[in-house]
Amino acid sequence: MPWTSIEIEKQDKFFINNDSDSSRIISYKDALYEALDQSMSLDSRIFIMGEGVDDPGGVFGTTKGLHEKYGRDRVFDTPISENALTGIATGAAMVGLRPIFVHARMDFLVVSLDQLVNHASKWSYMFGGKVNIPLVVRTISARGWGSGAQHSQCIQGMLMNAPGLKIAIPATPYDAKGLLVSSIIDNNPVLFVEHRWLYKTIGNVPETLYSIPFGKGIVRRKGTDVTIVAISYMVIEALKAAEKLQTENISAEVIDLRTIKPIDETIIFESLAKTGKLLITDTGSKTGGVASEISAIVAEKAFHLLKEPIVRVCCPDVPTPASDILEKAFYQDSETIYTKVMELMKQK
Amino acid sequence: MLENEKLIELYKVMQTIRKVEQKIEDEYRYDEIKTPIHLSIGQEAVSAGVCIHLRKDDYVFGTHRSHAQYIAKGGDLKKMIAELYLRKTGCSSGRGGSMHLIDPQVGILGSTAIVGGNIPLGTGAALASMLQKNNRVSAVFFGDGAVDEGTFHESLNFASLKKLPVIYICENNSYAINSHESDRHKVNNIYKWAEGYDMPGYQIDGNDVLKVSEFAQKAISRCRKGEGPTLIECITYRWKGHIGTVNDVGEGLRPKAEYDYWISKCPIKWYKAYLQEIGLLDDKIDNGINKEIDQSITDAFEFAKNSPKPIPEDLFDFVYSI
Repeated sequence: MPWTSIEIEKQDKFFINNDSDSSRIISYKDALYEALDQSMSLDSRIFIMGEGVDDPGGVFGTTKGLHEKYGRDRVFDTPISENALTGIATGAAMVGLRPIFVHARMDFLVVSLDQLVNHASKWSYMFGGKVNIPLVVRTISARGWGSGAQHSQCIQGMLMNAPGLKIAIPATPYDAKGLLVSSIIDNNPVLFVEHRWLYKTIGNVPETLYSIPFGKGIVRRKGTDVTIVAISYMVIEALKAAEKLQTENISAEVIDLRTIKPIDETIIFESLAKTGKLLITDTGSKTGGVASEISAIVAEKAFHLLKEPIVRVCCPDVPTPASDILEKAFYQDSETIYTKVMELMKQK
Repeated sequence: MLENEKLIELYKVMQTIRKVEQKIEDEYRYDEIKTPIHLSIGQEAVSAGVCIHLRKDDYVFGTHRSHAQYIAKGGDLKKMIAELYLRKTGCSSGRGGSMHLIDPQVGILGSTAIVGGNIPLGTGAALASMLQKNNRVSAVFFGDGAVDEGTFHESLNFASLKKLPVIYICENNSYAINSHESDRHKVNNIYKWAEGYDMPGYQIDGNDVLKVSEFAQKAISRCRKGEGPTLIECITYRWKGHIGTVNDVGEGLRPKAEYDYWISKCPIKWYKAYLQEIGLLDDKIDNGINKEIDQSITDAFEFAKNSPKPIPEDLFDFVYSI
């Protein structure tokens, strides 16, 4: 699994230093582990299933050893049956358990859409709220090292279109822990979107158990000239771009939405009221994606705040190529964001 | 062998299903039941024979054609009919319609309109039973169309692997809408798939309620003992077309001779004769039973028709996330 190691080792240990007052610094990966461990120790209804959750690697370390601590009834490997397993988790959730189903690649989630979209997400409303589905589906996206079209997708935008499904997409260690806890204690299905390139990111994380409300974004960097709305790994690229823009005396405000369903509209509008310029960056495809939805929200409700057309920095609408040269052309990064902001600032 | 009281109960349940379905068929023409309906007339014995052995806290997962299971498991009839009339008092508050019936009080946790979609759900409830050690059994009902779906195979594999307390009841009526079974899978003995998944599989006469009862009892008992799942293929026949009240017998559709044969094999007719033969049922008892059923149906339809409809402002009730 090359990109799970080689490519990640090349990444900087990005440090998020203002997330909490805690002096303890841990990684995104360890924050996920801690959320699972602490939640499981408090609530015996929680169990984790998915391919490889109890293997020596433990889903890149996030479930490592949990089967020894909580037993194989609560942490177990599964057949490669993504769709049925999603339904099985849903059925177990319906009768009082709190399953966490893990997909090591987000691409595999597509196989399970019947159970996720037709069943888990709709079950409560379709039956007039008579049952709830407290289900967490963890998925991990990635990029690079020739992973290609079926081991690299970020389809969170597609799933914003499924009524009844909440989507959390943390970018920092503090949020990884807090939002995973929130997802676990939520009484309804949550898609929890992780990014492999964030696993090494470090930041301040309290040892205590805490949760973060859904639908509350956060300003990662204050600014006055341009608003950059980012999610997941693109938050890191946006922060890097903002740093470089500062050298050009451009003050970029970086907003991390943390959850895209529900979405924090207010935080975007408040920033736009200052800057009047908006760049949105997502890890997924451009068309019909997260950035499209945010653009639509802004066009509908805050058009008067816009001084310039909205700019979207997303992956182009082509399947991910494996070639390292084509990958470089495919993926957006801090340089793209920097360049696009510079163009945006030059428009009159 | 079942005690006399249960033998009569089987008759009552089948007769209730038949009469409810016929009443729905009668009322459908008035266009007040504004939801697709899938009638179980002809298939009554399967639900009756299985559910007679289920406890109140056992689970049932049905399909788009699930009126019969709902009634057999003891679902509230008034709330079911109110759901067909899409009223606020309906079992799903008018959000589900005929294909989405629920009554959690008696373990009916919702039926699905996606073919095969309920098979993993029932399997998951069985996984929970095992983890919670509450000895509850899941009964999953589906048609011969559902075995074409991956969920059937994936679920049977998982249930067998984990020895889950689930029984898979295939109501094989030969047709998925108008597609005959022989046009959809090579293996026309669905029960044989069980062997591949290392679980017991049986093919039985689904119109013989005593046969269904016998095999269901055996399968449920295996579940309670922690011995794992069973697949029971019940050969039966739906008298009506796939949907609504249409008849689909004749040219290009179901052969008339086939239809006539199955009408002659009516599950209620022969069972009633059997009960009469062994002296458990006479005209007086039969009249009493039918009177009671008719009254409950009249009450249910009156309750439904007199119940309030949702108002547009109710659209976002039961929404937890926008």
